[in-house]
Parts: sequence; structure tokens; C-alpha cells
Amino acid sequence: MAATKTRTSSFSRNLPAASSAQSPEIKCGPNGTFLVSSGIPDLDKTLGGGIPLGSLVMVMEDSEAPHHMLLLRNFMSQGLVHKQPLLYASPSKDPRGFLGTLPSPSSPKDDKSRSHDAEQEKGLRIAWQYKKYFGENQSNLDGQRGMILFRFIVLYNKQEFSNEFDLRRPLDRHFYTGQHVDCISTKDLPNIAALQERCTSFLSQFSRYICTFFAIDFVGFTNLLIVTFRNDATVACTGRIAIQSLCAPQCESSNMEWEMLSFIRSLKSTVRSAIAVAIITFPSSLVSATFCKRWQHLADCLVSVKAIPDEDKELAKLLTGYQDIVGFLNIHRVPRINTQVPAVLEATTLSIKLQKRRYLVLECLNQAPVDGSSGSSYGTSGSCSGASSKSGSLDF
Amino acid sequence: MDSRARNLLDEALGLDQLTQLKPPLGGKAVLIEDCVETSGSFVLHQLIKRLLTAVPNSSNVVLFLAFANPFSHYDRILRKLGCNLGAQREKGRFIFVDMLNVECPVGEEGKAGGRSGLFALFANITKVLNALPESNRKCLTIVIDDVSLMEVAAHGSSDHVLDFLHYCHTLTSDYGCSLVTLNHEDIYSSMDGLVFLKQMEYAADVLVKVEPLATGLAADVHGQFDGLQMTVLNRGSLNNRMSNFQFRIKENSVEYFYPGARA
Repeated sequence: MAATKTRTSSFSRNLPAASSAQSPEIKCGPNGTFLVSSGIPDLDKTLGGGIPLGSLVMVMEDSEAPHHMLLLRNFMSQGLVHKQPLLYASPSKDPRGFLGTLPSPSSPKDDKSRSHDAEQEKGLRIAWQYKKYFGENQSNLDGQRGMILFRFIVLYNKQEFSNEFDLRRPLDRHFYTGQHVDCISTKDLPNIAALQERCTSFLSQFSRYICTFFAIDFVGFTNLLIVTFRNDATVACTGRIAIQSLCAPQCESSNMEWEMLSFIRSLKSTVRSAIAVAIITFPSSLVSATFCKRWQHLADCLVSVKAIPDEDKELAKLLTGYQDIVGFLNIHRVPRINTQVPAVLEATTLSIKLQKRRYLVLECLNQAPVDGSSGSSYGTSGSCSGASSKSGSLDF
Repeated sequence: MDSRARNLLDEALGLDQLTQLKPPLGGKAVLIEDCVETSGSFVLHQLIKRLLTAVPNSSNVVLFLAFANPFSHYDRILRKLGCNLGAQREKGRFIFVDMLNVECPVGEEGKAGGRSGLFALFANITKVLNALPESNRKCLTIVIDDVSLMEVAAHGSSDHVLDFLHYCHTLTSDYGCSLVTLNHEDIYSSMDGLVFLKQMEYAADVLVKVEPLATGLAADVHGQFDGLQMTVLNRGSLNNRMSNFQFRIKENSVEYFYPGARA
């Protein structure tokens, strides 16, 4: 044993310090973690910036509504837009066909004004400044033979950490017709071992992967040595696994409960030591209560989606914007990697809305204001506790 | 606040008389129960920190069977609490057994003729124990995080897991070492599962339950702690010592206070 050992973590070994200018798809999180986007900016914000690399996200489905598909679609699209390799497993016969329904990032002109605009402008500003620098010096170049000039060109490639996705526009084919996208159907698998093998082999490319965030080109040009740093967008270092409806009844392996658990445990530990994120959705009502609890304990990030009943007058009185809400998202557990401090969220229940029927938006619930004469306090944001209140004359 | 805090958790666990001469947990078996809403792993962290750093030059050794998180996770957390697990590991005071990817299949022992799974794990534990000098064997604390994942590793053979735990209990009576296990109470709500949990509770000398507040989430109170210490007195009568308090977990410490008495 060496007398002095350098402290290594799974991230410092393989991932050089990622500055936001060079690798927008990963950002630094707290406690030495790195975060990737879930594809839903509101969810990223609630989770503290994004999903930590190495974590397992589990989504408990509602059998009455496919809202978990919204989460999956955005998650997968975000990864594909960032050219991150993806493994997608689904109980349908043709999982690849699903990729054609993934949403495309919204174009800037119909984008809502968010902080992304400011970031885009910031990027453009940097490119302009360098160009200005070059223009001033070029006239001096001829008279300075034998002098070596270094200049840095930042090729702005419009990548952001998190995109707004337009659910009505499908993703361009070139994003998912590549070697880096793999699909597997879980419908006819006799047991879960085949899926486990595919996941393990997929993740093996991320545990040893050494990311190169820049390339150096030497171009000989009349005594000028140009060193160009560029963000090689084809080099992707983080993997994403999306497993839809694990333990769905149409899969043969769905009643092998301990095998399922074993698979999830193995996936969790492999993802933990890889530069990857996995998301699993499962129909919680179809799994026995005991096993459902075991599954929940295995998750680093646990959320559930719930349909909203139509034409519920009580709920309409209680919540503002009831008619725009398509469902609820409950956050049961936030990833706590490398820390013992629990995350206490301001609101654990968010409403799922489709803005302009195109953009997925998560919002805190707002209780309708209560009539002041009754003496009850105003509810601001909070979980939907179903507290009774008189409907106020005011509405936001 | 710190000395008072030390008293509340340490009193609950029976750790309040840490000296160089006495073994830290006194050969007891501690069971920590938690749930999805509130994790009890902070108790493990506090315990490890106290065992390894409270008394300088002590001969306490912690054997950690990790089913839930890798070494880097615990290392980072304990660093913030003021305990360098890497250094303790090099000194041989902290033995980390990474069981994250290890399967413990049962039923194969006879076939291959060799030891596998839980048998091999127990053999490793006894090897560690026997490697210690005889006078120091009672200073060993075996920590298991967590037992529900051990069941998954054993592919659902809860009986074998119980047997394994019973064997570990015999070590506490034979050698005087201590055993600390973490399990999730909310998994065992059905009748079949209840038997497993009850057996673990029955065998424990100290039972700790970590739960969320009945009123829900709060930023300044993260949950409540219920402790039960069962000691058999000389004449065979039972002495139960109960503790109940609330806690707030921070990066480098945990605050403990009685309900409503938060400083």
C-alpha cells in the first residue's frame, strides 16, 4: 500500500473540471456532484439545479394518465440534443418508433422570455469581443514576422444546460439516428437478465470514458500559430438510460419481483459509479405494497405523477388556474448524494401545465384566496392539502 | 449545545460513557428503523464519528458492510463531520466492505462445495475479528447499511438473512463486540414482512426509530427520534430506558432537542 494515496472520487478520475463555457450540458452541483438537466427547467430548479450524475430517478406512474411520458420525453430529448448516448427500454414492440415523438427544442423566436435569452446574448457577446480583437491586430501582422500570436476562438455552438421543448414539434431525425442511441423492447424478454446485460454494457462506456472538452489544432499560416479551442459537440461523456413502465403487466418478467429488485439494485450501483443518469417509470399501483416501498427506497430521486380529475368543482374552487392544469407532480425524495442533510422543499406538489399546449411547465400550487371575514389565512404556495375554504371573490 | 447534544443521542444509544477502557456500545445490538420520508443514516454517521474520533488512541474498529452507498459518499459526509475515513481506513480502524454490486445467492453452497454469498460474508467478518488482538475484539463494531438491500442481494431469502444476523448476534455475546443495523420499517407493513422486522427488533438491545413529524415537513425540524434501550439487570428484571426528541440535520453536525424546546 502506498504511503500517500491521492484521494479519488468517481468524478475526479474521469471528468476534468467542467467550466460552463466549454461543457454546457454538465454543471457543478453541491458536495462535489455534477448535474445534468432533466429537460424540464422547472424541475431542475426544484431539484436544486438538475439531476446529479450517478443518480437513479424513479417515477411512479398513474394508471389513469400518461403524464410520466411527458417527463420521459423531455428527459430523452434533452440528452439527445446534447448528443449524449441513450439507452431506451420500453414495453412496446417498436421502441424506436417512439423516438419520432420526442419534442424538439423550441426555436428562439417563439421562446418565452427566460434566462436563456440572457445566456445566449452573453455567448454572442464573447464571440464579438474576440472578433473585434482580431480585427484591430490584423493590420499589424504583416510587419511582425517571426512573432507568434496566440488567439483563442470560442466557437459558440448554442448549447445550453437546459432547453425548453416544444411538444408539438418532433425532434430532427439526425439527433436519434446514430450509433449512440440504443433501444430495447422489454415486452418479450423472458427474464430481466437480458435488460440487465444491456444496461451494464451500455454503462461500461461511461466509467472509463475520458472526456475531451477541447481539441487543439495547429495550423501553419505564415508564421502564425493558431491554437483553437473548440467544444467538440460529438464527444459525449454522459449516458442516459430511460426505462419506461418497468414491471408493466404485458412483460413476461413482471411477476418476478425479487429479480426486478435485484435488477434495480444492480442498475443503481452501476449508474452510481458511472457518468450517467437513469430514469425508471413504473406503475406503482400494479406492484405489491411491500415491493413498491422497496422500489421507493432504492430511488435517489423519487417523484410521482397524478392525473387531475376533470370538472372537479371543489378543486376548481381551491386552486387558481385549475382549468390549465393537466396533472400533479409530487416530489417525494430529492437526490442526497455525498450529503446527509435532507432537502426540504417549499412545495412538494407541483402542477403540470401545458403552456400554449406546447411547453411543459411545472408550477407551485396556488390556493385561491379565502374570504377575509372567515378568519382563515391566505394560502400562498403549498401542497394540495384539500383544506376547506370558502371561495374568494378575488382570483389571480 | 454541543455537550447537551452529545448527551441526547449518546444517552439514547448508550454511548454516554466513552472511555478507553470500556467498549463503546458495550456489546449491544442496535437496530435503526427509518422510512422513505426520513432517512436514519445520519445516526450511522454520528455513531461512526463518535466511535472513531471521540477517544484519541482508542482501539475501536468499525467494520462497515455497505449495501446502499459507495465509500466516496460516506467519506465526504464524515469529512464534514470531522472524521477522515480514508486515514482511518489506512490505519485499519475503518474497514469498508463494498457490497453494492455483490450478490449473495443462497442455495449454492452445497453444489460448488465452496462458500458463497452470506456464508462468505460471515467468514470475512470472523476473519477480521480474529485478526484483532484478543483484548481488542470487544472494541469491534459491525455496521450494516442496510438490511433490506441485503435481502435483495440474497434474492429474497429473508430466512438466510435472519440467520446471518443471528450469527452476528452470537459474536456480540461471544466476543463482546457490537452490532449496528439499519432497516426500513415501512417496507415490512404486510403480515409476512412484519415477522422479519419483529425478529430483528426482538434481538436488538437498542431500538431506534426515526420518523417524520406528524405535522409534515419543516425546515427547522427534520424529524423525530424514538429510542428504546432494553437492559437486563442482574436479577433478570428488564430495565427499559426510553428517549424521545427531535432533530435537525446540518452538514457538519446534528442538533437534538426536546419537542418545543429548540434553542
